Amino acid sequence: MSRPVLIVDARLLDPASGLDRRGGVLVVDGRIAELGPQVTAALAPPGSELVDARGLCLIPGLVDLRASFGEPGAEHKERFESGCLAAVAGGVTSLALLPDTDPPIDDPAMVEFVARRARRAKLAKVHPQAAVTRGLEGRELAELGLLKAAGAVAFTDGFKAVADARVMRRALAYASMLDALVVQHPEEPSLAEGGVMNEGPIASRLGLAGIPAAAEVITIERDLRLLELTGGRLHVAHVTTAAGVAAIRAAKARGLAVTCDTTPHHLLLTEAEVEGYRTFAKVSPPLREETDREAVIAGLVDGTIDAIASDHCPQDQDSKRLPFAQAAFGVIGLQTLLSASLELVFAGRIGLLELVRRLTAAPAAILGLEAGRLARGAPADLVLVDLERSWTVTEKSLFSLAKNTPFEGRTFRGKVVRTLVDGRTVYEAHDPL
Amino acid sequence: MIRVTTFARLPPRPRAGTIAAAMALANEPAFARQHLLGIEGLSAAEIEDLLDLADGFVELNRQSEKKLQLLRGRTLINLFFEPSTRTQTSFELAGKRLGADVVNMAVARSSVVKGETLIDTAMTLNAMHPDVLVVRHHESGAVALLARHVRCAVINAGDGAHEHPTQALLDALTIRRRKGRIAGLVVAICGDILHSRVARSNILLLRTMGARVRVVAPPTLLPRAVESLGVEAVTDMQRGLEDADIVMMLRLQSERMQGSLVPSVREYFHFFGLTHEKLRAAKPDAMIMHPGPMNRGVEIDGVVADDINRSAILDQVEMGVAVRMAVLDATTRRLRAQA
Repeated sequence: MSRPVLIVDARLLDPASGLDRRGGVLVVDGRIAELGPQVTAALAPPGSELVDARGLCLIPGLVDLRASFGEPGAEHKERFESGCLAAVAGGVTSLALLPDTDPPIDDPAMVEFVARRARRAKLAKVHPQAAVTRGLEGRELAELGLLKAAGAVAFTDGFKAVADARVMRRALAYASMLDALVVQHPEEPSLAEGGVMNEGPIASRLGLAGIPAAAEVITIERDLRLLELTGGRLHVAHVTTAAGVAAIRAAKARGLAVTCDTTPHHLLLTEAEVEGYRTFAKVSPPLREETDREAVIAGLVDGTIDAIASDHCPQDQDSKRLPFAQAAFGVIGLQTLLSASLELVFAGRIGLLELVRRLTAAPAAILGLEAGRLARGAPADLVLVDLERSWTVTEKSLFSLAKNTPFEGRTFRGKVVRTLVDGRTVYEAHDPL
Repeated sequence: MIRVTTFARLPPRPRAGTIAAAMALANEPAFARQHLLGIEGLSAAEIEDLLDLADGFVELNRQSEKKLQLLRGRTLINLFFEPSTRTQTSFELAGKRLGADVVNMAVARSSVVKGETLIDTAMTLNAMHPDVLVVRHHESGAVALLARHVRCAVINAGDGAHEHPTQALLDALTIRRRKGRIAGLVVAICGDILHSRVARSNILLLRTMGARVRVVAPPTLLPRAVESLGVEAVTDMQRGLEDADIVMMLRLQSERMQGSLVPSVREYFHFFGLTHEKLRAAKPDAMIMHPGPMNRGVEIDGVVADDINRSAILDQVEMGVAVRMAVLDATTRRLRAQA
């Protein structure tokens, strides 16, 4: 076991318990042994590492609901090592990987492969999500029970919506028996087919085929009706439209067991980013209008949207240096997840503790993970953040193999300076000063 | 030391068709761009500049001796990722009449399948040192992407459903010569607006020049929020043609006629095909235009298309060569000044 670590004089932020005060954390055997204002340097056990965190925030490690790597099948886009390094550099200590690999994760052996590969990378904790339907084809149910037993934390067809209502109904019903979470990509495929950006004035002027905002709420409303029939738990991935937020707000008011998330890019950017045919702004679901962005922020603030996920989707240059319609969808986001989200705090839209909840305790609860909190006995997945330090997103500053960030050149305030997983320091920012 | 007499290497001064050009050069031409990627962003003065220049070339093209030396020694490559005999021929003639060496390159989609990307193609061609690339591509934005990877002038000959700037310019020249102006005219653009780069470029140009533009089509062939382009959208042909000075018809591609976007050819012709009867709603001297190739009996009645009193369709073809000469002239000004 690694030696004890004592972090002192930090601003402790734990949304789960509402804690926001100066203090320290003592880590022994990978877990939090003690925390609070009474934890000072005087408590240092012999042989421990003492970390002076004056001026820094100590938050639980981030839990990312959705990320993709390239393994297996597209190793040149992202390896476990590069992806996990990007994760911990962004303060993400647990992440749920999507099953859209080649072959897809629709078999217990594949679930075990992911877990094994991630353990070997020894950085972030990687939790596989598995396919809802065999081969992600939307027709037959995958072996949800066996996949769950092998370690799958949720079931989704990733970037593909489960289009058939009957298949979705059966998936929700069967998953309810297992208390398993079904995650839907909310987009009616027949309306989205061929579309490459949000439908509206910009798409019309650029001569690009649009994806109507209605494609999102149609699938959300349908799934909510199915959930009423079946019971069980539904999570709606990346909600991006005003209508989508409203539908989920109403469903929660009816008491349905539905949760949802959105992404930093949908919180900060709009379809205007596509101007000039910028393929780094090509993402699924597409960047929307300003009114949608405002509605998504409002949904996050009032709790309709439970969590923020990176939706990290690495693409190599060859997949993006193409005419817009031919370029691949997707942006990377693990390393910028916290910094980009913090923009909402600095803009006065949401409190710091509340924002941290949407990145830690809330997604951990959705996935049922023992993560995302500062508590005695909890795993010591910890992140030290300097809220006063700025950094600029450049190709060089990103650890992902792929560089397809929509935030290139943007300067963010708030930087991760150290990340611990199970008490072990897995990332430390090198001070440029 | 070698003395180079640059004077001797200058091409002979062109005789005809360049009075406008000479004047424009004398007092700083409004159009000073290296590329023509679209109408978007062009000012009214830049458009006028190109049209004035083209007017001169119209006269030249009507003479028996049509050849100038303006682009002698220059190479023009017609790079067509999508076949188009008419536009390609028009550019080829324009280049040759200005004295350029013209090479036609048809890039079948199969070579894209073979793995060469657009940027690879661009860099390969760039290494051959062309002076002008005329590019047509089936994807919106592809020509601008290519232009970022070459050093020569690039002219957009149509990119996806985005823009077709020389078509809009030739339409404008046709209108200006027949009607004496563009500002204040009512122009009805009818047909498949959704997929039409001709419609987008024309809307941008006509709006910049102060015309009133209506688009007339069934809702399934109108882009979302088309009004944001500054046009009025009308789904009733009769109302759309009311008091129109110009009726611009667009081609409806056959794969879109069979129930996917409109129920059938005969239903489309019934409601949106241009006939003398429907044309009565327009001004008595309304002019009919079509970018070609026409589908007789689909979007336009053959009798209307052939009515020499109303139809400007062949004028458009003639103006096409002149406009393309003007664009080649204008986009190579800087290049020639450097030589």
